[in-house]
Amino acid sequence: MSDLLTSVPEDKPMSLMPDEVVFRRGLAGRHLRGRVWKIFFMMAIVLALLSLVALFLNVVNSAAGLIVVQYNIDPAEVVPNGDLAAATAEQLAAGIVEYEPNRALVLIRDNLSSVPVDQFSASTMSQILGTHLYPESAADKTPRDLEPEERAAILAQNLSVDVMKQFISDDIIGLNVLETHSLFESIFDRAAIEEHFAAEFDPATTRLEFRLWLRPSFLTSGQSSDPVLAGIRTALIGTIWIVAITVLVAFPIGVGAAIYLEEYAAAFGNINTRFGRFMQWFNRFIETNVRNLAGVPSIIYGLLGLAIFVRAAAEFTSGRFVGVTDSNGRTIISASLTMALLILPVIIINAQEAIRAVQSSIREASYGLGATKWQTIWNQVLPAAMPGILTGTILGMSRAIGETAPLVIVGASTATFLDPNGPFSSFTALPIQIYQWTARPQAEFRAIAAAAIIVLLVLLLLLNATAILLRQYFRRKLQT
Amino acid sequence: MSTPSEAGTMSARSTAVDMRARREARTTIFRRPRPGETVIQLFLLFCGVLSIFTTLGILYVLGSEALLFFGSGLVDLGEFFTAPVWQPQAEQFGIMPLVSATLMTTLFSMIVAIPLGLGAAIYLAEYAKPQTRATLKPILEILAGIPTVVYGYFALTFMTPLLRGIFGQNTVSIYNVASAGLVMGIMILPTIASMSEDALSAVPRSLREASFGLGSTKLEAILKVVLPAGLSGIIAAFIVGISRAVGETMIVALAAGAGPCKLYGENASCFQPFGAAETMTGHIVRISGGDLSYNSIDYNSLFAIGLTLFIFTLVLNLISRWITNRFREVYQ
Repeated sequence: MSDLLTSVPEDKPMSLMPDEVVFRRGLAGRHLRGRVWKIFFMMAIVLALLSLVALFLNVVNSAAGLIVVQYNIDPAEVVPNGDLAAATAEQLAAGIVEYEPNRALVLIRDNLSSVPVDQFSASTMSQILGTHLYPESAADKTPRDLEPEERAAILAQNLSVDVMKQFISDDIIGLNVLETHSLFESIFDRAAIEEHFAAEFDPATTRLEFRLWLRPSFLTSGQSSDPVLAGIRTALIGTIWIVAITVLVAFPIGVGAAIYLEEYAAAFGNINTRFGRFMQWFNRFIETNVRNLAGVPSIIYGLLGLAIFVRAAAEFTSGRFVGVTDSNGRTIISASLTMALLILPVIIINAQEAIRAVQSSIREASYGLGATKWQTIWNQVLPAAMPGILTGTILGMSRAIGETAPLVIVGASTATFLDPNGPFSSFTALPIQIYQWTARPQAEFRAIAAAAIIVLLVLLLLLNATAILLRQYFRRKLQT
Repeated sequence: MSTPSEAGTMSARSTAVDMRARREARTTIFRRPRPGETVIQLFLLFCGVLSIFTTLGILYVLGSEALLFFGSGLVDLGEFFTAPVWQPQAEQFGIMPLVSATLMTTLFSMIVAIPLGLGAAIYLAEYAKPQTRATLKPILEILAGIPTVVYGYFALTFMTPLLRGIFGQNTVSIYNVASAGLVMGIMILPTIASMSEDALSAVPRSLREASFGLGSTKLEAILKVVLPAGLSGIIAAFIVGISRAVGETMIVALAAGAGPCKLYGENASCFQPFGAAETMTGHIVRISGGDLSYNSIDYNSLFAIGLTLFIFTLVLNLISRWITNRFREVYQ
């Protein structure tokens, strides 16, 4: 605008209006330029949306597809339907006893026996199994005399499902994924894959089958180094523990800080006293600080958690003070506290905005009826601000579910195969699992990473849907 | 409350009683100690102060461990800033290869995020009908809400094969800076778009109308009036975007490479867009994900890198805040 004005000489004001012909010629060009740029602006949005679509399709594409598997024994003969991951303990035990009756004894000896190895075959089952469960008929028999049903019953009652699955997969079926194809390839290029399979593989020991990597048993199976058996139960439980404790810690503190900044900070500072001026400065400092913390990369919080919670506070976070002995500081509580610090600014900023939006007439009416400051906040301001506060908290929870870097740093190399059973146990979490699987070069691991990503995204979607529902519920409650 | 004329008709004695009663009444209202409220206020103050402790904690942890790193005798500040490689095994600690990789991925992300983010913001703020805007904005926000590890997966399994398909398997290595940077750009796009859109929407209608009145087309009004008016907010958005790109971890950890590049000298490998290079964040995650013993030089070096990273992002955030406050045009 300014160059338009300066380019016109002062003494010839009429030249502001260009010649009619020149103007009309220029006009077409200007409109054309306008249209071209509008298309560019639109393309920006379209490209963003396309990347979103590509991202989702890419994940879905990997989460199912044809695989070439190799078996020593057809899994359908060992367990019903051949679906190892979904089989019950009884079915698994029966399969083990049928195909490897002697190895079943080895399993009992290695996992359950309480007598020395050299006395194993001479002892009775009641001596061997001690407090473990076993059928009464087996009590006085030596291992060799056990009926197949008794062996199966002992296995089914005592061994974990994951151990038996692993055994069947490794030692009976010999299941091995040789090739993995993506979903779209499997649908649109099936003929080529089948041709390739017929040419390259022996149909006697291998099979081409369609596998949905995301299946119910994927959610219920524990950790495994075998992608066919691996599941996310342990990671899912870890994530739920971490997010729950994170919110329990961060919600009250975050809302408290927001109340302080919005409701008390102004009243604290009487500008006419030196203390008042200090408090005003101090409160502004806190505000600035919260905003800066929101911009600190999550990995820095990870380093903070590693040095403070994992290392310096190991006595507390390892649970040694309550008698937990089997862990170091790399526990769920460390991860949760780190995550709580990370999402605090999100909760504070959102809660502040929600509290600020509450009309001051509500507060004044409350004071007018004789309520104290805290009674006013607790009974009037907080309920009115609750929809906004909850939205912010759920935003924070979404971040806590998806954040990976701090968890990797705090949880690190704790390869855990056990489900976490409390705040002081070591953990793995859904994003860590996705990271570790994605980092493996084999296509099968990419496939289960994709399946885990779908679970993670569905979890986030549910959470955000809850946020919307809660907000509507509180709105309606406020109106009535 | 009695008016002065009423009080005048009363006896002196009854007035004194009345005054005392009133004084007592006032005391009960204003002076009654409320320990509960004091405790609550102290708790709230503690909540507010906790954020300061967090900052102090970060500064203390990064600073003290970085001091141990520099005090170890294996590295001095000069070497830290000039050495061409970061190889803890060979006791060579030059941060610049890591920084250069971070800058490379950041550059690529900005090539995507700045034009597309600003374009999307202009479309949303100036062209889109209110209904279109109401549907498009939440969809863009979905992009912002997707966990970064998912973007890492996307970079490794979609963007890298795509780049390799376009530029050839031999030119583009499996782990490369460009793929990570481009996907990071997609991740940051919504941040820049939404902050810029706020800045553009804050420009009052009257400015646009004045521009139309002077005969400008819609595009001219946008480029010559609206954009300059909202420039401070837009630049602040860019800087926030850069700061996020510098601190972003999982995408680069998965897609950019698992080993620091060499800055100069023989076989220098930084500054190759299709070559692998490990960023500051990527290095921290990879090293801390392995077996890490406390008090080792590896452990301390993580915090030295973290401190560098923290200073980077802090300065960027402060600049962004300064620009918004200093150059913000406030319209009535």
